[in-house]
Amino acid sequence: MSNQNGSVRIGVYICHCGTNIAGTVDVKSVAERAARLPGVVVSREYKYMCSDPGQELIRSDVQEHKINRVVVASCSPLLHEHTFRKAAEKSGLNPYLTHMVNIREHDSWVHVGQKEEATRKADDLIRAAVRRIRYHKPLEKGYVKIQADVLVVGGGIAGIHAALTLANAGKHVYLVERDPTIGGHMAKFDKTFPTLDCAACILTPKMTAVKAHPNITLWTLSEVTAVEGYVGNYEVTVTRHPRYINEELCAGCMQCVEACVYKQARFDDEFNEGLGKRKPVYIPFPQAIPQVVLIDPEACIEFKKGTCKKTCVEACGDRHAIDFQQKDEVKKIKVGTVVLSTGFQAVDPKKVPYYGYGTYPNVYSSMEVERLINASGPTGGEVVLRDGSHPKSVGIIHCVGSRDEYTNKWCSRVCCMYSLKLAHLIKEHTGAEIFNFYIDMRTPGKGFEEFYQRLLQEGVHFIRGKVAEVTDWALDKSEEGKLVLRVEDTLSAFVRRIPVDMVVLSVGLEPHADAQEVRRLFNISCGGEGFFTERHPKLAPVSTFTDGVFLAGCCQGPKDIPDTVAQAGAAASEALALIDAGQIEIEPNTAYVVEEACSGCQTCIGLCPYHAITRLEDKKKATVNPVLCKGCGTCVAACPSGSLRQNLFEDEQIFEEIEGVLDYAR
Amino acid sequence: MAEGYVYFPGCSLKSTGVAYEESLLTLFRLLDVKLQELDDWNCCGATSYMAIDEDSAFALSARNLALVHKSGNSQVLAPCAACYLVLRKTQDYVQRYPSIRAHVSSTLKAANLPMAADSVHTRHPLEVLYNDIGVNRIRSKVSRKWQGGPVVCYYGCQAVRPYYEVDKPVNQSRMEELLDAAGIPTVNFALKTKCCGGSLTGTIHSVGLRLNYIILKEAARKGAKAIVTLCPLCQFNLDAYQSEIRRRMKENLDMPIFYFTQVLGWALGGGTRELGLHRAISGTTLVKQWFSAAKEVAAHV
Repeated sequence: MSNQNGSVRIGVYICHCGTNIAGTVDVKSVAERAARLPGVVVSREYKYMCSDPGQELIRSDVQEHKINRVVVASCSPLLHEHTFRKAAEKSGLNPYLTHMVNIREHDSWVHVGQKEEATRKADDLIRAAVRRIRYHKPLEKGYVKIQADVLVVGGGIAGIHAALTLANAGKHVYLVERDPTIGGHMAKFDKTFPTLDCAACILTPKMTAVKAHPNITLWTLSEVTAVEGYVGNYEVTVTRHPRYINEELCAGCMQCVEACVYKQARFDDEFNEGLGKRKPVYIPFPQAIPQVVLIDPEACIEFKKGTCKKTCVEACGDRHAIDFQQKDEVKKIKVGTVVLSTGFQAVDPKKVPYYGYGTYPNVYSSMEVERLINASGPTGGEVVLRDGSHPKSVGIIHCVGSRDEYTNKWCSRVCCMYSLKLAHLIKEHTGAEIFNFYIDMRTPGKGFEEFYQRLLQEGVHFIRGKVAEVTDWALDKSEEGKLVLRVEDTLSAFVRRIPVDMVVLSVGLEPHADAQEVRRLFNISCGGEGFFTERHPKLAPVSTFTDGVFLAGCCQGPKDIPDTVAQAGAAASEALALIDAGQIEIEPNTAYVVEEACSGCQTCIGLCPYHAITRLEDKKKATVNPVLCKGCGTCVAACPSGSLRQNLFEDEQIFEEIEGVLDYAR
Repeated sequence: MAEGYVYFPGCSLKSTGVAYEESLLTLFRLLDVKLQELDDWNCCGATSYMAIDEDSAFALSARNLALVHKSGNSQVLAPCAACYLVLRKTQDYVQRYPSIRAHVSSTLKAANLPMAADSVHTRHPLEVLYNDIGVNRIRSKVSRKWQGGPVVCYYGCQAVRPYYEVDKPVNQSRMEELLDAAGIPTVNFALKTKCCGGSLTGTIHSVGLRLNYIILKEAARKGAKAIVTLCPLCQFNLDAYQSEIRRRMKENLDMPIFYFTQVLGWALGGGTRELGLHRAISGTTLVKQWFSAAKEVAAHV
């Protein structure tokens, strides 16, 4: 076989990886045999090829022995392909004239105790690489310009912080929020642990800053409905749902709410978890951003019957802000990077039926209690039961819908701390006797353990045990009319029955019901539980496998406010790092069309999962956009005329590799 | 009438729970659904059998399922909760554990019977009434207005755990829905699956009695005048010891304990005697009062 690359001089480098490889593979003999392969000029083994002295070996061999191909047998290319390509480049070689052989993950690690076989396998793999690399060609990286605008999806504290960080750095941000206001879950909380500062006091200034910022375009009641393009050049479709109020014209004076034909508020108020009521025209809460009302078409008589007197329109007067004709509005924007901060949903306590939520009126979810305690909540901050009485004793059950085979297996991380906070606040508001039922107390965080100690000092009871059930079954007179928590107290090894007036279920955090749709929309991955997956759990915690899409907050996993804000800042700065580089490198392992051979049959176009192939109308031939191509090879395999080829996966390279690995059978 | 089921009575329905069989047959007759007793059935393998000699218990159970298969049926009704559980468990375990399957197969082979434990599905009448026959059909057949007071539905443990095809494992509601369709008022009850005492009433009597008492007392506290059950052992435990509980606990408890088939059968026009209502041990005054429309009650209680 001939090759078009002149005289090929190959250097083979075998890494010991300490004892990771050398403990199982006889690296010395492998190197000796590799030295005798055709085209190999030098063959070496070294303790750590990825170290500076290891890389230096390659450099000096390029100079001394004039090698022009490099084969490194070490770990997975995922880990160090970049390192060795860089080393080759520094030595004056084209980086794509290197090839890695994985004799660690694919060999020594999986064949522990089988030295002879593992050594033979290393021989085979290296032989394959040596034959393949003769056919490598020098390749050049591509570059693509980056659009500076950023899309932030989700306007909770994560999205707010990311948007402000980016906007303050001078980038234009589109902040898209599904609800009528930004603020997310944090806006509903009363106080925050462990410092007990008021959630609204620290959040609302940031919300106002979002609205006021010249670099932020805020779209509420809006959803991302389509995403096309690639890193640096995303084309995003946002659907803005009607709020039946012209946002530009509404002054937030609320006179329409006052004038509504419904004199009494009688529809479940979502912001207050249904504990309060609102009218068909309403503002979610006093500090909502934007400070604009909206109309709920499910509740409004005009939408249902078309016969309303429309006193709201009258009250609005010359502003003419009310618009019953509003329809979905579709916006198309171009952004270079995306921050996903879509948050979480609280576990529905009905999923744990033995705690009686929905059966016993005085069993509350923790989100409901947040609103009960809140001074701007439905009771003005008074903790009262559904019959208006004050609880004298309260049981708080931790881990509801967390750490449980039947609901969610994971620890939701924040429930121990917010349960402590609720215990403190309920005690402060009512003086009630409080019982916390926990499996383990998890308080790892700055000032968290101290807060736990403080609660112990305050006389809150802590019972270690998973509550079996909440029941109204009374064993004697003292339990009548109460809710009884049945629990094994695992510290005193006793089964106890604890009667209380109010039960609080500390519900866990889980992915949104439609997280999978969002995942598909942005072409990212998620774990089995549904939280979005970061590129690396330790070293790339805010990146995703889709370049230019970053994660912030609870959509990636349960976390508290400090961690959420830190992650949002990290996501924003990762986006900034991309934007400010101005351009992105594109790996050349992409498909290309040999135009002379292409018949223009278009088989490939429909098959490409990345919409990277188009048809040149003038030439009637296919062409591949290297920026969109991910190098999956689908089109190459499908092309009937063999006119699609792929860099680094050329037919000769693959065939030679196969021949090489099977050579032992000769 | 094409619609029909083969049913496995087990020992209870022929002895202490005979009212269950009487009322079941009557109710299904009133609904125009045929019930055919399984021919040549034997012990289901429940009670202490399963604890003492598991292999034999599975083999006994599997023989019944084999007979169902031979009779050309793919499902069998097991009204007794203990029978239901063992038959259902056998169906499950022969699929899950090859060693049990091998033993059961060889035993059946010796008796010239096929291995059918995994192809015959065991069902409970409550679930059949709810899923196959349906609440609406029962509602349409109601011919009597309920004259009694509110009741609580009591499910016991074996019919709903660990298999939960009869109803949910917690917060069961199907019995309530059926009774509601028949116009019988129910009161919510936290102890739907709390232990009735099981065999403890016979072994550690004081413990068994206390468990009984808890259920009866809570039902009374909730304002129920009777308890409706679906298990012969629960029914017997709750019914048979009330006089002793009255004596020991100094409580004035006297509450009728019905099978759900009895009260449904009554609502659909069944006679008191053919529903076994005359067999009540406790709460006879109420039984007499509520079902006074038919003279035969008075004659026999």
